[in-house]
Amino acid sequence: MINWESNVFPGILGRVCDRPCEPACRRGRVDKEPVAICRLKRIAADLKEDIHGRLPKVPAQKNGKKIACIGAGPASLTVARDLAVLGYQITVFDNGKSAGGMMRSQIPKFRLPDSVIDEECDYIIGLGVETRYGQQIESLKKVLEGGWDAVFVGTGAPRGRDADIPGRQEAAAQIHIGIDWLAKVAFGHLSNISKRVIVLGGGNTAMDCCRSARRLGGEDVKVVVRSGFEEMKASPWEKEEAQHEGIPILNFLVPKEFSHAKGKLIGVVFEKVRAEYDAKGRRSLVPTGEPDVLMECDEVLVAIGQENAFPWIEQDIGVQFDKWGMPVLDKTTLQSTLPKVFFGGDAALGPKNIITAVAQGHDAAISIDQFCKGKNLMERPPPLTNLVSQKMGIHEWSYDNQISEEERKKVPMKALESALKNINVELELGFDPRLAYAEAERCLNCDIETVFTPKICIECDACEDICPTECISFIGNGDEADLRGRLKAPAANLDQTLYVSTELKTGRVMVKDENICLHCGLCAERCPTGAWDMQKFLIQVAHAGAEVRRT
Amino acid sequence: MTYLAKPKLFRPDTPKNALGYTRRDYEGAISTLCAGCGHDSISAAIVQASFDLDIEPHRVAKLSGIGCSSKTTDYFLGNSHGFNSVHGRMPSVLTGAALANRDLIYMGVSGDGDSASIGIGQFAHAMRRGVNMTYIVENNGVYGLTKGQFSATADKGSKSKRGVINNDTPIDLVALALQLGATYVARSFSGDKEQLVPLIKGALRHHGAAFIDVLSPCVTFNNHAGSTKSYDYVREHNEAVNRIDVILPHDPISASYPPGSLRRVVQHDGSILLLRKLGADYDPSDRIEAMNHLHERHALGEIVTGLLYVDESAEDLHRHLNTVEKPLNQLRDAYLCPGSKALDALNASLR
Repeated sequence: MINWESNVFPGILGRVCDRPCEPACRRGRVDKEPVAICRLKRIAADLKEDIHGRLPKVPAQKNGKKIACIGAGPASLTVARDLAVLGYQITVFDNGKSAGGMMRSQIPKFRLPDSVIDEECDYIIGLGVETRYGQQIESLKKVLEGGWDAVFVGTGAPRGRDADIPGRQEAAAQIHIGIDWLAKVAFGHLSNISKRVIVLGGGNTAMDCCRSARRLGGEDVKVVVRSGFEEMKASPWEKEEAQHEGIPILNFLVPKEFSHAKGKLIGVVFEKVRAEYDAKGRRSLVPTGEPDVLMECDEVLVAIGQENAFPWIEQDIGVQFDKWGMPVLDKTTLQSTLPKVFFGGDAALGPKNIITAVAQGHDAAISIDQFCKGKNLMERPPPLTNLVSQKMGIHEWSYDNQISEEERKKVPMKALESALKNINVELELGFDPRLAYAEAERCLNCDIETVFTPKICIECDACEDICPTECISFIGNGDEADLRGRLKAPAANLDQTLYVSTELKTGRVMVKDENICLHCGLCAERCPTGAWDMQKFLIQVAHAGAEVRRT
Repeated sequence: MTYLAKPKLFRPDTPKNALGYTRRDYEGAISTLCAGCGHDSISAAIVQASFDLDIEPHRVAKLSGIGCSSKTTDYFLGNSHGFNSVHGRMPSVLTGAALANRDLIYMGVSGDGDSASIGIGQFAHAMRRGVNMTYIVENNGVYGLTKGQFSATADKGSKSKRGVINNDTPIDLVALALQLGATYVARSFSGDKEQLVPLIKGALRHHGAAFIDVLSPCVTFNNHAGSTKSYDYVREHNEAVNRIDVILPHDPISASYPPGSLRRVVQHDGSILLLRKLGADYDPSDRIEAMNHLHERHALGEIVTGLLYVDESAEDLHRHLNTVEKPLNQLRDAYLCPGSKALDALNASLR
């Protein structure tokens, strides 16, 4: 339930999340790879029992406010969940047949089976949310006439960018827009592709396209990218998985022309380029001067970006758009220039990822709640925080302070041969409990804080001596830059603040570089006076309905 | 004590010495002493000194007797040779080892009980013979393993944790070492690694009997008001005569100090000790002045620390005995036994 509360879609995100958390994971600072947070969330969702009894109860007495959510993707559903439990009456509109939005239409089934989407969307719909599927919204004006107290727009970024180069029109029958093609595959309208396929683009959509093509009969599938391999937008693990499936990724090739004859595609002509950086570090792709290359193929999938499109929002109803065609919003409240209309997800600030959409959904829900109560939208409820000592005995802590030295565990997968045969077979089997436990043990317990009480320190230096990563120093005080250089091991990560005590008896201060602290608690175990304590920090990010702090 | 093994993970930018070792490579098993024990700080100082001097761990032999202090040899230099001897008998075992193999670096770690009580005779003879070693006494003034009785170094008039006053005259091991002919004599404090680490480095590079008395508070039995070996008392009464920097022959000398404040001592192996004077003009090359200074200040209730005496032209036991350069344990039969022909020739010469 902890997983569900802020994540909303643990099973879905546990499979397909962009994982902004993993590069931030502190394990990556002392070990080769971070903790597999994403896949641990998946197994937590996999192993749960029936949670229906634990879901929040919807109040029998509604508060009388009606909210329309346009689109049934992650942002809209998050708004629906956060507000439904507060007594709001929610109606979700979507042009599809079921909830899920792009999670359902664009993520191949071998990465995210429908059953998972169904289950997690149903938890939300089950909170008394009214759904109107199969309804294409043609006019926001008409929606607004429906008497809603607030309208949330979570329609995603539905239009795939096209490659506007010679030959595009002539060979149109063999050239497809990536996300549209993926949607057709997802809903079973398409079940095969030619043998030789070229995918243009280096993002995660390109990876989904090439891997889907591989499963639908594509034998010679390759990805061709303008930029270098490192700069590609796709997540490293997605690139790795594509390569694992025998798909080459070719870099520094700019498509110049679709070569065709008699209305039939022959191949794509590419210009070879190299990256050059100017003084400001900006990259430009410069032709190398080598002859262009023609790569023959039967079909092309264009996955070079997504765009927002709001043809259904009238220009004169008060919702303003900027010069890129994006709605003008307050970045915090996600409120548009028409007070009762809010945006979230890819539709709000441009295409990002599912977890960002969920976060924006939470924010928009808070705004809508404040708005409907007639309160100031800028007054945001603060997160709940708590800090409690974990000491149980002399060397006993209520958390596991033994640090695993094992390497990151690989998620078990189906054999490639059988996985490539059927596009609906999920490739990853997920961790088994034993592997998951070993992986979870790699966590460095960021939630357990080392709390220092200068008053009772006798400066025996025991903590400084025992610290396995040399992050504690007792030195003369100074300004931050000076302190950083004088520590036992210099603190180079400027993003991580130093923990500096008040002056001790000898005039020195205790300085701790939190950057590579393992939270093993050895400093506290070696402290004779209890000046060090390990305390668990809990933060509960505010949701709609939480109380605003009184000032 | 701590039950966990120290995690092996460390920061990617961990400093390495000339041999490519990190500080962690010079550590030993995790300490089983009380949390906050001064002895653990001394172990850490030995680790730091060995790391700084690029010492190859297999070239070190660490020997000890019995007691809290003598347990510590397990907690540093885990890849070195070690010998845990009978109570108070570390000096004679070490002397034997040093005679057999002069190639190793010898480190004797002992305590006030081990060296000033049961082993005082052994201590005295190791000093006067000039065994090439670093003799560290971790001095806390109490018998920690037997629950805090006064040891022979406890000051007269100091109070035990249970309120008993000590009426016996203390033994000052530094004064003894000076009198007995040690050629490198220092006192330091476990809570001041800035002073202690260079002193250990200087001692490790000293060719002769080097003695360091390290005041090391016993947090469990001797860290209360009325004790003269507590963290607070030592900090209040600490009078350092100098600070030293140890510079190896291959190191560039980068420190610059005002003229006249610096004394340079070149040791036998080419290492240089740079002594920065603190306060009173103190000459560490004068054994008699050192003894006088020690007694004068002691009468004033001060604890004199720093490098108190160093003999630039120190000689060790091997020099006194005129032994061969090659370690005795490497002398094979062919070398030791010239054969029957040589014996016949010798016998013939005597007929």
